[in-house]
Amino acid sequence: MPTSHKILILGNGMASAKLLELLAEQPPQQPHEIQVIGAEPKVAYDRVHLSELFSGKTEEDLTIHSLGWYQKNKVSLHLNDAATSLDRESKQVTTASGKTFGYDQLVFATGSAPFVPPTPGLSGPAVFTYRDLVDVNAIKSYGATKMTAAVIGGGLLGLEAAKALQGLGLKSTVIEMAPRLMPRQLDDEGAGFLKDEIEALGINVKTSCRTQKVESLDSEELRFHFDGGETLDVDMIVVSCGIKPSDPVARSAGLTMATRGGIEVNHRMQTSDPDIFAIGEVASFQGFIQGLVAPAYQMARAAHGALTGGSANYEHPFSATKLKLLGVEVSSIGDSLGEQTETRSITLSNFAKGHYKKLLIDKATKKLVGALLVGDSTQFSKLKQLAELGQPLPDDPASLLVPVEESQQGTSLSFLPKSTIICNCENVTKGDLIEAITAHGITEISELKRITKAGTGCGGCVPMMVDLLSEQLEAQGIEQKTDLCEHFTYPRTELFSLIKQHHLTDYAQVLKQFGRGQGCEICKPTIANILASAWNLPVLNQQQIQDTNDAFLANIQNNGSYSVIPRMPGGEVTATQLAVIARVAEEFRLYVKLTGGERIALFGVHLNDLPKIWAILIDAGFESGHAYGKSLRTVKSCVGSTWCHLGVGDSLDMAITLEHRYKGLRGPHKIKGAASGCMRECAEAQSKDFGVIATERGWNLFVAGNGGIKPQHGQLLAQDITKEEVLSYIDRFLIYYFRTADRLTRTSTWISQLEGGINHLKDVVIHDTLGIAAELEEEMGRLIKGYHCEWKLALDTPETLNSFKTFLNSEETDRTIKFEPERGQIRPATLSQP
Amino acid sequence: MNVWKKAIKTDQLKPGNRGCVKFGDTQIGLFHFEDDRWYAVQNRCPHKGQNVISRGIIGDAAQEPVVACALHKNKFSLVSGKCLTAELPALVTYPVKIEGDDVLISLT
Repeated sequence: MPTSHKILILGNGMASAKLLELLAEQPPQQPHEIQVIGAEPKVAYDRVHLSELFSGKTEEDLTIHSLGWYQKNKVSLHLNDAATSLDRESKQVTTASGKTFGYDQLVFATGSAPFVPPTPGLSGPAVFTYRDLVDVNAIKSYGATKMTAAVIGGGLLGLEAAKALQGLGLKSTVIEMAPRLMPRQLDDEGAGFLKDEIEALGINVKTSCRTQKVESLDSEELRFHFDGGETLDVDMIVVSCGIKPSDPVARSAGLTMATRGGIEVNHRMQTSDPDIFAIGEVASFQGFIQGLVAPAYQMARAAHGALTGGSANYEHPFSATKLKLLGVEVSSIGDSLGEQTETRSITLSNFAKGHYKKLLIDKATKKLVGALLVGDSTQFSKLKQLAELGQPLPDDPASLLVPVEESQQGTSLSFLPKSTIICNCENVTKGDLIEAITAHGITEISELKRITKAGTGCGGCVPMMVDLLSEQLEAQGIEQKTDLCEHFTYPRTELFSLIKQHHLTDYAQVLKQFGRGQGCEICKPTIANILASAWNLPVLNQQQIQDTNDAFLANIQNNGSYSVIPRMPGGEVTATQLAVIARVAEEFRLYVKLTGGERIALFGVHLNDLPKIWAILIDAGFESGHAYGKSLRTVKSCVGSTWCHLGVGDSLDMAITLEHRYKGLRGPHKIKGAASGCMRECAEAQSKDFGVIATERGWNLFVAGNGGIKPQHGQLLAQDITKEEVLSYIDRFLIYYFRTADRLTRTSTWISQLEGGINHLKDVVIHDTLGIAAELEEEMGRLIKGYHCEWKLALDTPETLNSFKTFLNSEETDRTIKFEPERGQIRPATLSQP
Repeated sequence: MNVWKKAIKTDQLKPGNRGCVKFGDTQIGLFHFEDDRWYAVQNRCPHKGQNVISRGIIGDAAQEPVVACALHKNKFSLVSGKCLTAELPALVTYPVKIEGDDVLISLT
């Protein structure tokens, strides 16, 4: 039997994972075995999105391929071990654990290590780097009890680290030696815009700031001593000053190294030893190390070609990055600093919107060589195209910087040639995407991602994919209608204004004037919802158009029974009320559980028992919790300064005020709020549709956060404002949302679709640029006045109670709904089909 | 042969509304359209087997009278009982007639 060909890969990061994936898809011809040695204890993960571990993602979410995948593809994986020496004579690698591995072909994919400057005192238990899962876990556990932090380095990774620290509730300062943030990508003015936006989020930025030494104080704090004598005390430090390639093993083995570090490779990723290759951040091609994922994947492709007899060659990709840093869009395209040729520039600097855009045009050829976009990356793909292909510019290139009119949106991709790479990470062209859309009949973005893999790397191209998909569907005649349904040719937003304008209060009128047919399960609840948002009239007046939960003022459960959730503002409940709940639960044999919104839910209620139970609860002073509607649920709260020794504001009072103010409101989707008494944020206000956090000077107001399918942090709307301002800003925000959101759209999705995003919202809510602030508040005032407890009203209106009978022709309860015991309570019986 | 059973009085279910009636162990969803058409189908949704069809929203889909199940919004024709949104068994449909102020359903 011929001995099999041994491929040994050192490193199990993103480049390594990509190479393995390619080898699995297209293996070498001859019998072979693949071994991987990885220094980290975990199998390869998506390092690009490391900061998402601070916002709810798990390590599993970031894992690129499961261990099962490695097994299935016969990759033998040796983790938590690193190569320490290489003997090219005997073709053997020795690892830290003393094992030896032979190879026929060797690939270095060892990546890089963080560079820590030799500043005196910059070490110890409170100093961290930001590179891998071990770092993240260490920062998380150390930072959990700390208050302040500094990040050394204001580049991309440093800002990511600052975001992560902010996520931990630490007040952070970014320290950059250069006169501006992101000095490699941005010019002074662009960086200034970014600095403003970042500081508005509560992160301090210090530029032109050189650290002389770091002093450890007795208090466990660290004190920075800067040039010029200034000092800064922090609890912890994260160092993000760039990378150094992990190349010592290659160096000791005598491979040719690049002048500025890294293993020198040719465009097949071959090192000075023809049997040894290098990819990713350890490889230096034409004297440059690439730190982004797209070039690393391209290198993996070239190396895969070399290992399997393919012909792929590596070239440094045209550099164009589109990022969202701390919510601020930042793009740089090509020679964005105009360093390579003599250039002239066109600049659009819009302080009011926080937009900064700059075109760099070659003085001689009049072609675009680079561009910078801060605050708004709408024109990214067009500018990238012009610069990359050297296409001629329009007569007035400044027109390229003006936002595309709404009516022309989505056309930005049509002029791109099919060969344009849309996804740099996975190397997918516009042509590939179009082919996949047509061949597989794709209509959903998730399908397009699954089939083409585009958008699964850094994710930066997803917005372009969405545009492309809708263009294609439109071209195929699959019209993406904004019609609500077959009965109404209007989107929700237009129906909302029509209903308001014409003072319509019932569905039949709306259908008669603006619709056709008998209606359906889409338009009936949507219009019911608009009517509720517009007039706050009793929903049971038109029970037949309500979604099932609104129709019965309770949440239907999987077995057809219902839940009952009374309102408990601030999570407060008296002992007497608890006793009433206990009595109801016992009498009706219900399952009792605390909800995530700090209240008590009773499950397993038969339809015809709902009025009986609510009569008892209302008698005890409870109100409907509206847990069943597209309505305000709860305003979660910590105990704040009332009880907590760390609290700086009365979050209980705030939460209870807010909940009473907005209870009973219905909107396009459910609405959740929270109030925290200090920046430790125990009430998780930054994950709510509206959330306030007490500061020493008042309240910070965040909006448009949510948990759910795609968790989103709230965005800062206003800082250090008074309680009165909190109320009027939330009034304005909510009504503006009610008016302009599509059906079933949470505030986070709404704001991401809102042109101008949070800045536009600030304009409307705070600066009143549309001149409607007073009107919005008045409207909210009317809705608040119209509040009624729906269950109290239902009980007071006996004819509505007929609809709560399980059977129109019998007083019986539905005996097919059965329960079985579990953990001392009931649960729905496992269904046996009748 | 149709065996007509008296279900309810016409004024127990206002136009646009839906409800449930039972005969022995048989649960039937009863639907009263705005234009005074009446329909009756089995109350059990074939999707997960719960008796909730009668709590769904009614309307029309391309002129076909339909009900959308209260749990997962699967849409069924009230004429043929066929599911229009998923591959599910059709609902049993029952003839309905009005005599005076009585709503009658045929159970055969």
